[in-house]
Amino acid sequence: MERARQLVTSKTFLIHFILILGSVAMVVPFLWMILTSLKTYAESIHVPPVIFPDKFQWGNYKEIFELLPFFKFMLNTLIITIVRTVGQVFLCSLAAYAFARIEFPGRNFLFLLALAVLMVPGQVFLLPQYMIMVKLGWLNTLQAVIVPGLFSAFGTFLLRQFFMGLPKELEEAARLDGCNHFQIYWKIMLPLAKPGLVALGIFTTLWSWNELMWPMIVNSSPESMTLSVGLSSLQGQYLTNYPILMAGSFLAILPMLVLFIILQKQFIEGIAVTGGK
Amino acid sequence: MKGIPQQAEVKANTKVKVSNLANTRKRSDYFWAYLMIAPTMLGLMIFYLWPILQTFYYSFTEWGAFGQYEWTGLDNYKRMFEDSNLIKSFKNTGIYIIFTVPIGIFLSILVAVLLNQKIKGKSVYRTLYFLPVITMPAAIAMVWKWLYNSDYGLLNYLLSLIGIKGPQWVSDPKIALYSLIAVAIWSGIGYNMVIFLSGLQGIPRTYYEAAEMDGAGPIRVFFKITLPLLSPVIFFVSIMSLIGAFQVFDLIFMMIGKSSTALENTQSIVYLFYQHAFVLNDKGYAAAIAVLLLIVILIITAIQFVLQKKWVHYD
Repeated sequence: MERARQLVTSKTFLIHFILILGSVAMVVPFLWMILTSLKTYAESIHVPPVIFPDKFQWGNYKEIFELLPFFKFMLNTLIITIVRTVGQVFLCSLAAYAFARIEFPGRNFLFLLALAVLMVPGQVFLLPQYMIMVKLGWLNTLQAVIVPGLFSAFGTFLLRQFFMGLPKELEEAARLDGCNHFQIYWKIMLPLAKPGLVALGIFTTLWSWNELMWPMIVNSSPESMTLSVGLSSLQGQYLTNYPILMAGSFLAILPMLVLFIILQKQFIEGIAVTGGK
Repeated sequence: MKGIPQQAEVKANTKVKVSNLANTRKRSDYFWAYLMIAPTMLGLMIFYLWPILQTFYYSFTEWGAFGQYEWTGLDNYKRMFEDSNLIKSFKNTGIYIIFTVPIGIFLSILVAVLLNQKIKGKSVYRTLYFLPVITMPAAIAMVWKWLYNSDYGLLNYLLSLIGIKGPQWVSDPKIALYSLIAVAIWSGIGYNMVIFLSGLQGIPRTYYEAAEMDGAGPIRVFFKITLPLLSPVIFFVSIMSLIGAFQVFDLIFMMIGKSSTALENTQSIVYLFYQHAFVLNDKGYAAAIAVLLLIVILIITAIQFVLQKKWVHYD
């Protein structure tokens, strides 16, 4: 009995040991980012490194806003993220409902078309998408990033799975009451598919907030730049001033960090849901 | 006697009415269905499906300075065979995949299995491992570049404590790619861990109880029960990781300077695509690279689907 208990404790100890080791590797870069962002330039390049700054240099954060239209970047990213997320979840859920719950001619063919998009790596779309933006005169506008992001084969596919799993009786009853399909979708199906909507919403939010290549291609003027692109431009200009670079990086990730802490369960379930199926 | 034909008439009438009703219902079904899929389908056609065809078309053209282009047949594809940069980028991407995908999967299974034990503090660990997943790649690249800094970076300082002189992590052409690989693995563990964890939780407890009764040790249990039952999830994750790894761009773009000596040994297929498409205005060739990437990804995914029959267990 005693031996068994010892075995269990040493096993638990080993598990915690490995997990803590990994956690340190995960967290240290973030701590180092925050600590560096509060140092003077001299402290940041001191050898051996200064771990805690003598005095917190909050001025670094102020400087970011003076060096770059950082506030504008945040606003742009926020607008893009919100419109894309709300729009995509709405449009995808509409299409997904129809694909899952209504029989209509050409359904399988149209759904296959949407699936084809899913098989193709993003770079294949980029050039023609860029040419479309040039033709529309949308370069350096927020809609250049927003509009293509409103449509998603992945989102349609994901939500269709959700709608297919709901019982048929629900809508039969609603139809007898004289509801049309939009009413059934809006009043009955949407509330039931909430986990799927949340999962897609989180994905789209993360993706829109963090994306680099497409916003960089279409929006290179500071007026319409996103945070990712702004950070990459900062790197070119202030190559070695790491306290400033770290302050900018931390500000850029802070909103997602806060959102993650608030909606932790939904983030993790959202990923498990999309990955497990 | 008169009542019977009347009844039949009524029946016939109801039949007509019912089929009329069914028809109207059908028509209303179609109307709503097309209306509901219209925005997404139109958007996908304009911004995604049509561009696929266009990229194929562009890949047979050559572009001039003012956006005009002309048909040059297979020239772009022929050019690929002599383009040492492209060949190099395939090699770089290959090395990147060979390391990030298996090591990433191995480590995330390890963490998931450990987190699936009866231990305290699970949710704290899960949160910490998940942090890189929500973090902007541009910011990840920035902080790692700082940690990797050869003169003032934390990493080389820690190495100096144990008497090792750290290398130039991101500017030494021999090492830079592996430094990127380490960051990629670091940032991907949390995502796959969550998927594996939910897969592990789907394995019925009874399997483990039975194994325990038979006196099987934890290693045996892992290889005989956990791994086979998790194999469909491993298959899914390996496909997604592979497709993702093929498209690596952000890390290289952010961490390796445009004039760095390490660029040649780190630039990926997508990096080269970006260069040709949007920096060098060599859009025809860029389109050909994109088409090649599509074909390679489809072939490799198909191979994975064939190979899965040998190792993936579905009950």
